[in-house]
Amino acid sequence: MSSFWNWYIGIIAVANILACVWLIRWTAKKRPDERAAHETTGHEWDGLTELNNPMPRWWLWLFYATIVFGLIYMVLYPSFGSYQGLLGWSQYSEWEQEVAETEERVAPLFEEYAEIPIPELAQHSDAMQTGRRLFDNNCAVCHGVDGGGRPGFPNIANNVWNWGGEPEQIYTSILDGRRGNMPALGDALGEDGLEQVAAYTFSLSGRDAPEELVSAGEELYQQRCAACHQADGSGNPAMGAPNLTDDNWMYGGSLEAIKTSIREGRRGVMPAQKDLLGEDRVHVLAAYVYSLSMDERDAETNGEETADAGGNE
Amino acid sequence: MSKGHEVVEKNVGLMAVLIIAVISVAGLVQIVPLFFAAETTQPVEGVEPYEPLEFAGRDIYVREGCYGCHSQMIRPFRAETERYGHYSVAGEFVYDRPFQWGSKRTGPDLARVGGLYSDLWHEIHLLNPRDVVPESNMPAYPWLAERELDGEQVARRMRAQQRWLGVPYTDEQIENAAGDVDGKTEMEAIIAYLQGLGTAIEHRR
Repeated sequence: MSSFWNWYIGIIAVANILACVWLIRWTAKKRPDERAAHETTGHEWDGLTELNNPMPRWWLWLFYATIVFGLIYMVLYPSFGSYQGLLGWSQYSEWEQEVAETEERVAPLFEEYAEIPIPELAQHSDAMQTGRRLFDNNCAVCHGVDGGGRPGFPNIANNVWNWGGEPEQIYTSILDGRRGNMPALGDALGEDGLEQVAAYTFSLSGRDAPEELVSAGEELYQQRCAACHQADGSGNPAMGAPNLTDDNWMYGGSLEAIKTSIREGRRGVMPAQKDLLGEDRVHVLAAYVYSLSMDERDAETNGEETADAGGNE
Repeated sequence: MSKGHEVVEKNVGLMAVLIIAVISVAGLVQIVPLFFAAETTQPVEGVEPYEPLEFAGRDIYVREGCYGCHSQMIRPFRAETERYGHYSVAGEFVYDRPFQWGSKRTGPDLARVGGLYSDLWHEIHLLNPRDVVPESNMPAYPWLAERELDGEQVARRMRAQQRWLGVPYTDEQIENAAGDVDGKTEMEAIIAYLQGLGTAIEHRR
């Protein structure tokens, strides 16, 4: 702010205070021609008269006290344009102090957590309470409070992963975000082609579809879709191409929903949290997300061991 | 009491003038200097006048009264910056006419909602908030997806902002505006506006 405005503010503020002093003295002072205490003003209404006493002294002194308070305040706190005040107070320095104090308390915790590998951290109950709060504040809006997802937003509480469910993959998904890239194939396939590919895709998860559509669709699928979703429809986590052979459908598994996905494409976006939360908090979040599917992971591992058969994940 | 006191009490015109003089002191000291302070009149780095589509979205935001429930003002308290990001600064609002700071939060603050959620999320959420947030009590705005923008009108509004409110749009921007937004839906416009909110300042929480 230019010095003109500093002076402008300062002079008006001080003049205002001086004017208050003058006003109080002026109204409190007795003039030589004024009557003594307990005299009336001379007004009279139906026999009622109005006393013209001076203000009580204690009342007057309260006025002077507020003026002194005001002057002290103006010296201590910013009050003249860009004058910072003797205390150096500002709302921003107060905020910085508040943040620094908290950071001092929580930073060592997050640093400690950052050293612990994700699967281990997922069993750390204190860290998971923190993770739960971070999740509720930042993730639940799309993925749901329980992580169960919504149409268009993946379920992250089960062990089905479009971008991979390894700890590092979950961490990367949160830190850098993900950008789905299913192209719109409606124009390229035409209405007939769309019908066929949709029928084939529908049949991949073991459901019945008209045979002639399925066989025609398979050929188109191998040309257009297999590069990302693999020849057998098992998907490719490196590209975020979902597995089409299970019963998990992020955008709905009905024939109509599948057709819409193929016709218009799907470009789901997971926003990157790196600049919002920072690496250490993302690490805790990744562990929390990992913990949501831990039961299912264990069950699958045990299942594989006992049956000694290849899992379908 | 003095005679001067009596003069003021018995002369309404004089009293009115003196009252105005007294109550204008606070305004003269607190408000007038801000009209000339760079901090409040210069945009912070990265803040540009709204693109035509965002601009149209902003008008819809105003029309639907979003600010009745959503503030756009993050105060410098840790509890706020932890949840919403970097506190708001005056230079972010220089092209906001009128500003949408609001004074009440039934819903969350939106000052830095830009980039926080995907476009798809916003679309689903505006059509029916409960589809993504079951606990939400926000009304649904399904008509946004159906109504289309009138490009000419958007251009005229931009012209008014340029001419009367000093927003530095170039004539070229305004000429192209109609073509840029014509036929787009109000949904696209308001999402474009929301996705740009508060993105000029890096906002780690």
